[in-house]
Amino acid sequence: MKRLESTSKVIPSSIMIMILLLWEVASRRSIDLARMLPPPSEILITLISNIQVLWQHTRITLFEALTGFVISIILAVLLAILMDGIIIIRNALYSILITSQTVPILVIAPLFLMWFGFGYLPKILIVILVCFFPITISLLEGLQSVDKEMLNLLKSMGATRFQCYKLVKLPAAMPNFFAGLKISGTYSIMGAIIGEWVGGKDGLGVYMMRVRHSFAIDKVFATIVIISLLSIALIKIIEIAEGKMMPWLQLQKQKNMEE
Amino acid sequence: MKKLEVVGIEKSFGSLHTLKEVSIELKDNEFVSILGPSGSGKSSLFNIISGLSIPDAGSVFIEEQDFTGKTGRVSYMQQKDLLLPWKTILDNVSIPLLLKGIGKKEARKRAAGYFSSFGLGGFEESYPSQLSGGMRQRAALLRTYLFSNDIMLLDEPFGGLDAITRRKMQQWLLQVLESLQASILFITHDIDEAIFLSDKIYVFSERPATVKRIFEVELPRPRNNSTLTCEAFTRIKEEILSLL
Repeated sequence: MKRLESTSKVIPSSIMIMILLLWEVASRRSIDLARMLPPPSEILITLISNIQVLWQHTRITLFEALTGFVISIILAVLLAILMDGIIIIRNALYSILITSQTVPILVIAPLFLMWFGFGYLPKILIVILVCFFPITISLLEGLQSVDKEMLNLLKSMGATRFQCYKLVKLPAAMPNFFAGLKISGTYSIMGAIIGEWVGGKDGLGVYMMRVRHSFAIDKVFATIVIISLLSIALIKIIEIAEGKMMPWLQLQKQKNMEE
Repeated sequence: MKKLEVVGIEKSFGSLHTLKEVSIELKDNEFVSILGPSGSGKSSLFNIISGLSIPDAGSVFIEEQDFTGKTGRVSYMQQKDLLLPWKTILDNVSIPLLLKGIGKKEARKRAAGYFSSFGLGGFEESYPSQLSGGMRQRAALLRTYLFSNDIMLLDEPFGGLDAITRRKMQQWLLQVLESLQASILFITHDIDEAIFLSDKIYVFSERPATVKRIFEVELPRPRNNSTLTCEAFTRIKEEILSLL
């Protein structure tokens, strides 16, 4: 078991290192290539020397992404429970929700800018627009796939509707909920960047546009590194919360592996 | 005294006539089995008794009061343990007490008091997935007991267990019942199990299920392995076999 786990980490990281090395060597040998694709070492140096400016913008992006993300979670939980409990609402909202996801973000973003100005609001709204959907749908699916016999047992013991949700439905839907959270977590950073991209005063998206216009490709890459790191960190935090909130799931997985 | 009385129950699902004039009586501290082929509507009868579904005709009386279609008086246990995987055994077993409005701390304390006599001592903080099938069924039985300790409906509770564990569980159940003072209605399609455990056996027919015959089992208690081979046991078994 232990050996399997460590090899499963060694292989992807050694592939990563190989790619980085290849990239480094290739872009050091050709100046033309280096102009478009600066070597990783140079990106790292740029990242460190610009860390203060980058942090200023990261803070803003993080604020927008997290605010939008939290609002999305609240909105999604409310929507999913309403849609699960009341069939009319489910039928009415389902197609509206799907339609909301068919609108291209790059088209709607400039409109949001016109409607809501250059502040944080339009960015947060874009984050919500891309984030609430995966959470709502996965939570709804989780709520609907609950074991009917379990619910019947609780009802036979006189459980109220609220108690059914608290004791059975919501905990049973937790794995689905977290699956949705992980998808939305990465979307939230992307959503904020796209929102900033279209217009604004600060944030990583604005910064990226600025450095791109001045052909500072190394800075563009440094920003990409930050964006990736933010997304990975967010996913990790969600995974940790998942493990903390569902210790029983870990045990079940272990048992399945043993069998 | 009559604990539970079911009178003239009729139930159809669409054009499927499931229960036909079913009447059952369960006295205080009595163990009554319902024996019948699978799919003969025994479980729909339990849903009616527990109040989850309403019969087309007939009534359910508990201690002489009409409880037809009312939940919250008796609970049942099934072949599936239906323990919540996200709760520890102690929390799972405490659920019926919580639903009755008892505080969480008090409920846990009360439930914990039964753990050793139900053979669950030391597993209070384990999750269901960490327990064997037999232990999970014992936990499910304790949960049923904590909900309605005078009347318990058991729907093939040992149906999912292997033969050896099953035999052990039957003996354990008899042992535990001696100290619990409960009236039990038990569904099974295992003839040996029915005779071994019961005071009275209702043999059901195929669909539409109706009571074919009632057997009084007058084997002495406490029962043990020798009960299974004694003459009276085989005689009843032969009679039931000829009926099915």
